[in-house]
Amino acid sequence: MATGFHIVVCGSLVPDPLQTLEPVETPSGPGLKNEMMLPSVLDPWAAHALYEAAHLAGSTSDSKVWLVSLGPKARLQQLMMNIAQKVPFELVALDGPAGGFTDAYEVAAALAGAIEKIDGLDRSRLLLFGGRSSASRDAGVTMQMVGERLGITDQFLAVDKLTVQDDGSLRVLERIEGGMYLASGCEGPPAVCAWSTGELPEPPNNPQVGMQNMRTIMPALQQAQPAAVGAEGLDFQKVEVPQQRRDTKIVKDVPAEEIAREIVEWLRS
Amino acid sequence: MEKILFLAHTDTAGALPKVALEVLGGAMETAKSLGGAPLTVGLLGGDLKAAADSVAGCGAESFLAVSGDEFTVSRYATDAAAAEALVRKSDATLVVVPATSRFSRAIPGVAQRVEGRVDTHVTGIEIEAGSPQIERWYYRQRMVAKLAREGRPWFMLVDSGVFDAVDCLAGSAALENVAVEMPATRTQVLGEEAATAEAQTIRPEAELLFVAGAGWTKKQADGQSHLPEAEQLILDFLRGSLASLGSSKSLVDQSGEGQEVLSFMSHMNQVGQTGSTPRHPKGLATCCHGEEPHVVGWRFIKERRAVNLDPGCGWAQGKADVLYVADAFEVMAKVNELLGK
Repeated sequence: MATGFHIVVCGSLVPDPLQTLEPVETPSGPGLKNEMMLPSVLDPWAAHALYEAAHLAGSTSDSKVWLVSLGPKARLQQLMMNIAQKVPFELVALDGPAGGFTDAYEVAAALAGAIEKIDGLDRSRLLLFGGRSSASRDAGVTMQMVGERLGITDQFLAVDKLTVQDDGSLRVLERIEGGMYLASGCEGPPAVCAWSTGELPEPPNNPQVGMQNMRTIMPALQQAQPAAVGAEGLDFQKVEVPQQRRDTKIVKDVPAEEIAREIVEWLRS
Repeated sequence: MEKILFLAHTDTAGALPKVALEVLGGAMETAKSLGGAPLTVGLLGGDLKAAADSVAGCGAESFLAVSGDEFTVSRYATDAAAAEALVRKSDATLVVVPATSRFSRAIPGVAQRVEGRVDTHVTGIEIEAGSPQIERWYYRQRMVAKLAREGRPWFMLVDSGVFDAVDCLAGSAALENVAVEMPATRTQVLGEEAATAEAQTIRPEAELLFVAGAGWTKKQADGQSHLPEAEQLILDFLRGSLASLGSSKSLVDQSGEGQEVLSFMSHMNQVGQTGSTPRHPKGLATCCHGEEPHVVGWRFIKERRAVNLDPGCGWAQGKADVLYVADAFEVMAKVNELLGK
């Protein structure tokens, strides 16, 4: 009997955080200026989820990782050039918008539908991974909705650590308020883990892993199903970059004692 | 006519957390702005009588409760089942919820179950032409949107610091218990753990956010780094000021890159693009560098000052009220002296 995990990671592309972002109005609602041209990266928390998934699969025999990505096909292909050499995975691509102004409800429906169609996926061994929230919509709701659609009611949000115990159960640490963790024990899969940063650094590029991944990535991109994801029933009245610029007072050539006194007075005011 | 459900859970002491009292204020305001929309309070936890009595005067038409030992702990399966039962019983069209970690995990799944829609990190609720609209941020606090929805029930997870906490509402509430079909519980809550064995440095209720940047670990004027001294200065300041400690991404990332780090600093301290966006009345940034993606970490800090050797510091120019161009080691040593007096 197989004992490993079937780990499905949900994650897609977001604009490189160093890019300047400007909202614009499009026929289908708000979007980003030059959105299709912006350099993009794998969503940071989803990337951590992918690295944790690969590490777990690598240390548990008979395990496998799938990456389910919803985004414009051409941009997904560019993204894969950057991440294919990181860790082994099989891509499941959905051709649709990846911006932040789509509705999580529709995104969750598309992702769950794609996961249900994965050939060979054993749902009793399923660990559904993803980021705790995206760097675009930044809602932190999609993973729970996908989990619900797949009937998974053991869910964890803002996970930093998952440990497989000797008896096969899972010990999970989730971030909660005040810099604390909530520790939970779960009997085992199926479960949802929406990751924070986890504990693993970004893996170095490995050309062999890249070659292995590309055998499945290109067919997956070619076969990517269109996903009609939008924001039905959502009415954006305004989207803007706040133009708050403070009039910064520069204090220099002043002794440290004087600065310290001013800071303490301010702290006590 | 909209029907509003305010949902809350109790804390370990059986009371409503501060953020719940804030968001209740928002729910009351919204009900009033909607011309007296009916308001229901839904509570979940252990013994809920004291919590309900503490807000008995909020004007709610009814107080619904899901109580029992299973609901004292934060667990998705039981929290979602309880919240779902309360939402169905109330028949609410708007569900206003404090964004605690517990509800941030459970409520999206509840929205899915009842075919509702959900928005999180709500930072404002307004009524325009008789309909509710919310304010929330996108792309990690880099752009702000106002939006309305057709879908109901509409779940709104409201961040802390948006509304003033209500008080003086104590009385006697008539609690109506709501039955819940208990879900399978394959998850056991083991308890809370500190993120680090070092001093607890994250204090959400603090008056001040102290942001330490990577400059604290870099070589100083004498060509040497002074990590132990930096640690001592920061910890002394946190003790003296009771501030909460935040950090830039670059400083936190150093631990993953094998570089020397401040021992009490973890990813939990990180503010900005991939960290938290805490709310404090004041913020003091030291030795920070970086531009917009990181600076969003103190988007919701009201009064901001910075200490940096670089007068062009991106953390400060146009973002802070005052930038002190000075050596943070010297300044903070003097600050600590003054705080100790």
